[in-house]
Amino acid sequence: MAEQLLNTQLLEVNIGPQHPSTHGVFRMQATLDGETVVRLKPVMGYLHRNHEQIGEGMSYIASFPFTDRLDYFCAMTNNLGLALAIEQLAGIEVPERAQYIRVILAELTRLVNHTAVTGFLLNDMGAFGTPLLYAFREREKILDLFEEVSGSRMMCNYVRPGGVREDLPQGWLSRVRGLVAGYPQFLDEFEQLLTANEIIRQRTQHVGVLSRELAVSASVTGPMLRATGVDYDIRKVDGYSIYPRFTFKTPLGTIGDVYDRYYVRILEMRESLKMLTQALKEVQETGLFISPKGAAMGKAPRTFRPPKGEAYGRIEAPKGELGFYLVSDGTPQPYRYHIRAPSFINLTVLEDMCLGHKVADVIIILGSVDIVMGEVDR
Amino acid sequence: MIDQLFVSGYTAVMRIVEKFVPGWLATVISILLRIGAIAAIAPAIMMYLTWLERKIIARMQNRLGPNRVGPYGLAQPLADGLKMLIKEDIVPRGADHLLHFLGPVLAVVPAILVFAVIPFGRNMVAVDLDVGVLYVLAVTSISSYAIFIGGWASRSKFSVLGAIRSVAQIISYEVPSVLSVVVLLMVVGRLSTVAIVEAQAQQWFVFTPWGFIGAAIFFLSGIAEVNRTPFDMPEAESELVGGFHTEYSGMKFALWYMGEFLGAFAISAFTTTFFLGGWQGPSLPLWPMCLLMIPVVATAARMPKLLRAIGVVALAAAAPGLVGETVPSWMWFLSKTYALVFVLVWLRGTFPRLRVDQLMGLAWKFLLPMALINIVAAGVWVMWPGVVGTVVSAAMLAISVVVLVRLNAPAPLQPRRYVLVD
Amino acid sequence: MACFWQALAGGGMIGAGVLKGMALTFREFLGTYPAFRWVLERVGVTTNSGIVTSEYPEKKLEHPERFRYFPFLVYDGTPENLRCVSCKICEQECPPQCIHILGPAKDAQGRPLKVNGRTIPEKFDIDMSICMSCRICVDVCPFDAIEMDNQYEFAVTDRFGPLVFDKNQLLRSNEYFQKIKPIEAATVDQRLAAKAKKAAPAASAAAPAAGQPSQPATTSQ
Repeated sequence: MAEQLLNTQLLEVNIGPQHPSTHGVFRMQATLDGETVVRLKPVMGYLHRNHEQIGEGMSYIASFPFTDRLDYFCAMTNNLGLALAIEQLAGIEVPERAQYIRVILAELTRLVNHTAVTGFLLNDMGAFGTPLLYAFREREKILDLFEEVSGSRMMCNYVRPGGVREDLPQGWLSRVRGLVAGYPQFLDEFEQLLTANEIIRQRTQHVGVLSRELAVSASVTGPMLRATGVDYDIRKVDGYSIYPRFTFKTPLGTIGDVYDRYYVRILEMRESLKMLTQALKEVQETGLFISPKGAAMGKAPRTFRPPKGEAYGRIEAPKGELGFYLVSDGTPQPYRYHIRAPSFINLTVLEDMCLGHKVADVIIILGSVDIVMGEVDR
Repeated sequence: MIDQLFVSGYTAVMRIVEKFVPGWLATVISILLRIGAIAAIAPAIMMYLTWLERKIIARMQNRLGPNRVGPYGLAQPLADGLKMLIKEDIVPRGADHLLHFLGPVLAVVPAILVFAVIPFGRNMVAVDLDVGVLYVLAVTSISSYAIFIGGWASRSKFSVLGAIRSVAQIISYEVPSVLSVVVLLMVVGRLSTVAIVEAQAQQWFVFTPWGFIGAAIFFLSGIAEVNRTPFDMPEAESELVGGFHTEYSGMKFALWYMGEFLGAFAISAFTTTFFLGGWQGPSLPLWPMCLLMIPVVATAARMPKLLRAIGVVALAAAAPGLVGETVPSWMWFLSKTYALVFVLVWLRGTFPRLRVDQLMGLAWKFLLPMALINIVAAGVWVMWPGVVGTVVSAAMLAISVVVLVRLNAPAPLQPRRYVLVD
Repeated sequence: MACFWQALAGGGMIGAGVLKGMALTFREFLGTYPAFRWVLERVGVTTNSGIVTSEYPEKKLEHPERFRYFPFLVYDGTPENLRCVSCKICEQECPPQCIHILGPAKDAQGRPLKVNGRTIPEKFDIDMSICMSCRICVDVCPFDAIEMDNQYEFAVTDRFGPLVFDKNQLLRSNEYFQKIKPIEAATVDQRLAAKAKKAAPAASAAAPAAGQPSQPATTSQ
């Protein structure tokens, strides 16, 4: 820090936990010099609900409703992550039609999440709700689809090890096709409102820059990492489920500022739409939706005794790399159940991104990291 | 006749009063009548402005606004007012009680004072001051004191930060605002608001090159002065919770709110008066408007059928009686003002807010040079009246807009994106 | 002229991007009024859905069949003929532990009481303030005795008493289940009929062992 000519006092301010824009109960202890941030300490844990320890006392299936509540915007992908981990642990095969259904649901979830987070970013910038409500209007259509298939809009509890819990209702696939056909028009309108808007550009360009080296060393994943220019998408790296069959591109940014992160998410939505179109063409209308082993496990969870060992199932959740680490000791309850939450890991670089910026920028940077406190605190 | 409806009512009352009371008392009563009219309409305007804002923003967001409290939600402002009145008035410990009380009062009083020189229609101005414009500019600058006092008196870090930002914003935007009004002085030669409106009988000033730019600058600076989005950083909800009005509750908060909305209305009213021709308008007959309202009333889905029928019948009966009447001057004034209010609300519903340093950059680096060049262009226009002057001044302004926009462009325009197949 | 606008839009504060955004919100604003929508459609401008608010409680949204909120116990015919046998698997598996079962009901000697050949629970309470509608109780029940209802208007004024539903409040008939969820009820009925058919030949095969002439496997449902 340069020598200060005036002996001024540093102002210590608590942003949160009760704050309209901190995406949940999250506190930041910011030390300000005038308007500039000199130190920022994130304080988490206000929403800790002891998920991992609860999971150690219940059967594997009983953890699924709790995974819905981790990243409560993306219930389907959270279920998918745990299902992958259990399948790895016990060697359960998934029939092909179920794989397609899971991919369709995961990409729909990606649309839901990115739309919502873009709306919230604009709400933080002060756009008094208009882009947010447009985003939510489109999101409602996808949530209605989730309700038709699983019974609940957000806490779906639908994906299970071995496939999905129930078969698809009649006509659901054609409704999804209709939605996917109409979605690009909404994205174009959204971009018309936002991307070229000079005010947004001025507020977000060169704000909250994250360098590649710092991102990689802090194990940041997801759109935040791709906005800095690192090509790392778990759907391509791991090739879990049937993703290798789909041709899609990975959008990368250059500078890693807030604008890059926002725009990478818009481009990812377009890639998801391409994947959805392909999956909807290839999925079979009838067939197995869950493997017999998975169905038996769902019906009688206490008889499911996976072999001793450990498994780590990870997916490219909309927020980053969501990983489920399970250690089994042969009993129907897991010995250790740990979740690698992307929002939590991405938050650790918040201070480095915020130094030198003004308070107004801190809120926008937090919005672009895309956190959900359910995941951060578990 | 309808044009002078309120004026004839006032003169009739005064004639009766003068018969019974001595001269000096009649003067006092006439003053009280005018003050009473302003004091009655100002809060009503503010209340229904909040209603209008909520409904318009809601419609832009594909939803209905408040519609439960009374038909179309018209009683919502009353419910809000009642809520504010019965709330507990919390004053932080250690706050300066006198200043804490004075802040909101200082915000509202100038906002209402300014209504005294707004010409609502032909001969319908409360006080025809010879220095009307100067009075307006002076009185509106008291609001910066009010905000700072309010923020400082709360003795809270958030409030002080908000107050500091706000004062900086207001005094920066005062300069282009005043300079854009200077052109009026050059062209009209008088500072009275009534004279400015009367000078626009041939051509509204907004249709001249300097008037167009002047109106834009005045309107934008006005929005910044009353702290409305996109310039409402001082009271940014998503940042420092409330800025300078964080520590206010109940009626005091309602007063801040009232000051802001009255200011918004005042800005629209003054832009209309100075640049859009005030109450001037072409003489259109009134009865087609009456008939146009009939389908609107007939298809109002939320009103009971009986009321709709009564409305249609009343309008149809009144239409023939209005043949020969032109659209009254106060109706012109109100429509223009509310059109500008709609633009204000539209801006609020569409844009995120600017950061403080960007706000100030806009004022000092863009609006101020524009306002200065505008003065020169207006001088050119006055010197060479007619086509020559118009073309030269328009060209000057267009070139300077482009140059300033270019100079102020943020350095990198768009980072490149690339997509990559794995 | 076009290059002037391009130059204007090329950078700086108030430019074309801002105006495009304003045009979009204005279009949405007009689109919420039927009269203007008609005009806009004639001109060829498409707007979005107009007003998306559905004014509750005058207009309630239709939910899809699978919508789940709170469980209920199924009975066939009369409330005494409930399918639940008090095996307590749902109580064990319920993730938030909101089911409390006391049973099976015992007779005077302390032996399990059988009604229609099945044991019954003495008490079956579900605490609605804890239940998270996850449906795991339905998934694990071996007797299809508990299913999810789609009622959601349960607001009460006391947090503890009225929100704990006991056995009588939870019982609903199979006809009710078929009415609210026809497809799912049909699947469940088929499954139960298949089970009963498998049990019936076994029962009539056991009957000859008691010394009676063998009966042909009837029991057509």
